[in-house]
Amino acid sequence: MLRYILLRVGATVPVMAVVALFVFLMLRLTPGDPAAVIAGDYATSEDIARIREQLGLNEAIPYQFVTWIRLLLQGDLGTSIFTSLSVTTLISQRIEPTVMLALTTILFSVAVAVPLGAIAAWKAGSLIDRFVMLFSVAGFSVPVFVLGYVLIYVLSMKLNLLPVQGYRSPWQGIGPFLAHITLPTLTLSVIFIALIARMTRASAIEILQEDYVRTAHAKGQNEFTILTRHVLANAAVPIVTVIGIGIALLIGGVVVTESVYNIPGLGRLVLDAVLARDYPIIQGLILFLSFSYILINLLIDISYAFFDPRIRY
Amino acid sequence: MALARGTVEVAAGSVPREAGALSLALGNRGVLWGGMLLVAMALIAAIGPYFTVDATALNPIQRLKPPSAEVWFGSDFLGRDVFARVVSGARISLVVGVAVAVISVAIGLLLGMVAGYLRAFDAPIMRVMDGLMSIPGILLAIALVSLSGATLMTVIVAIVVPEIPRVVRLVRSVVLTVREEPYVEAAIAAGTRPYLVMSRHILPNTIAPLIVQATYICGSAMLLEAILGFLGAGIPPEIPSWGNIMSEGRTYFQISPWIIFCPGIALALTVLAVNVMGDGLRDTLDPRIARKM
Repeated sequence: MLRYILLRVGATVPVMAVVALFVFLMLRLTPGDPAAVIAGDYATSEDIARIREQLGLNEAIPYQFVTWIRLLLQGDLGTSIFTSLSVTTLISQRIEPTVMLALTTILFSVAVAVPLGAIAAWKAGSLIDRFVMLFSVAGFSVPVFVLGYVLIYVLSMKLNLLPVQGYRSPWQGIGPFLAHITLPTLTLSVIFIALIARMTRASAIEILQEDYVRTAHAKGQNEFTILTRHVLANAAVPIVTVIGIGIALLIGGVVVTESVYNIPGLGRLVLDAVLARDYPIIQGLILFLSFSYILINLLIDISYAFFDPRIRY
Repeated sequence: MALARGTVEVAAGSVPREAGALSLALGNRGVLWGGMLLVAMALIAAIGPYFTVDATALNPIQRLKPPSAEVWFGSDFLGRDVFARVVSGARISLVVGVAVAVISVAIGLLLGMVAGYLRAFDAPIMRVMDGLMSIPGILLAIALVSLSGATLMTVIVAIVVPEIPRVVRLVRSVVLTVREEPYVEAAIAAGTRPYLVMSRHILPNTIAPLIVQATYICGSAMLLEAILGFLGAGIPPEIPSWGNIMSEGRTYFQISPWIIFCPGIALALTVLAVNVMGDGLRDTLDPRIARKM
């Protein structure tokens, strides 16, 4: 077990190193002068020189890299050019809405998609199965923000059920929190439900062919118990894997959803930084979100060893 | 996003075995309908703008008019005709979709062949791809565009970069399977040069899965282009694209929702057509790889 965990952890180190190197080189290898791009169209040459100094672009590239990595290892993701706040401070100010949105989306999607996928597999070829498949193709084709506006139009503007925009922290009352988080969660969940339902259906169809499922049928086990105890329990690993991989999709979706619903989270932070060309923030956030993605998947990998004794080195 | 798709569908068995790949594929309903819709969309993109009013003509008196018999999709906050803008925006969407699919498949094919066939390059290439895959695609694209300034060219490049790793992985897995085949071993034993082994024996095996993959990439590239445009990080609004039309419509959404809905529906339909065609192609051309995706 310990060996498995160590191997898994060891395997993520080179991936994180590549991400760090890539993010570092992105600024340095872009054609043109990044300091000029960041400074904007109306910058004077003093502004450009100041930004170049601030980003340390005058040093030799290997020296810049070593300095940057050393700061990174101390937990320093850089400092915003315009607000002079450290990126870690900015992240800590903005992380709550994003984490909440991600959690509600994952919970809601799993609660809807897993039963949907299991029923579709159980009744493969039926009307409900076709509906699930249709939904999952459509879910990948409708852009997140268009869906967001359709929901705002119907639920907020026409039916007046939910607030249009904004965010309330759950610590200030669970009612307003739910009212504000419902629309973004629905919006972001569609693609996630499509993804998880498809995976659940595909793995459940395979497992339904297994001998032990036939045996369970033969001994007169009821259908519900077969689906939950035999089929879904064995489909757990591929389903959890696809959720883990889907986190990348979720992070991308969060950027768009937060923008549609004016939620002051990390996605908005990235976007505002892009529009202001505040490169240290963009760089720091990409690193932070990519590392979060890698670490979540590492935890999922390790959790397999606990759930499924077959997966071990 | 391509990893998201995939269940095993049984290919239509009624088509005779001798039929060519094209007629086989066209026998699939998804390929047929998706393809027809895409051809229609391509025609609209190619000749449509010559038949509509000027997509950039301002008409301040006719601001934010709802859809009617004269202005089919209504008008935007500068009085520009939304229908004309949507028709003209189809060009950007299709060009970006096709260009990204072609370029990322070409680069991915090359890297995947090298990684799969030449053992020395395998680990380095794949570690770089793993790293690239760990950066969420939208973020990577936003960052790349914001650094180099948004033009059609940089938007295409920014979408190509996050798509490459998936192609490389696919090609590499095909190469690794095929290189164990007896006919490849025989070719190597007979002293065939590596590049000939690759081009004559291995390359043809990658074509079917790559066509399927290219379709999915085309769809997700169109979505990503629209997202970039919507977020204000895409092609600037002088050239109408579905993304930037919607981006400009955001402020007026409460009074003129059609500015977002019309291009939104056009985009969703086009991407749906691409995805349905991709599923159909996967089922007919390549039932084997369908299992893995």
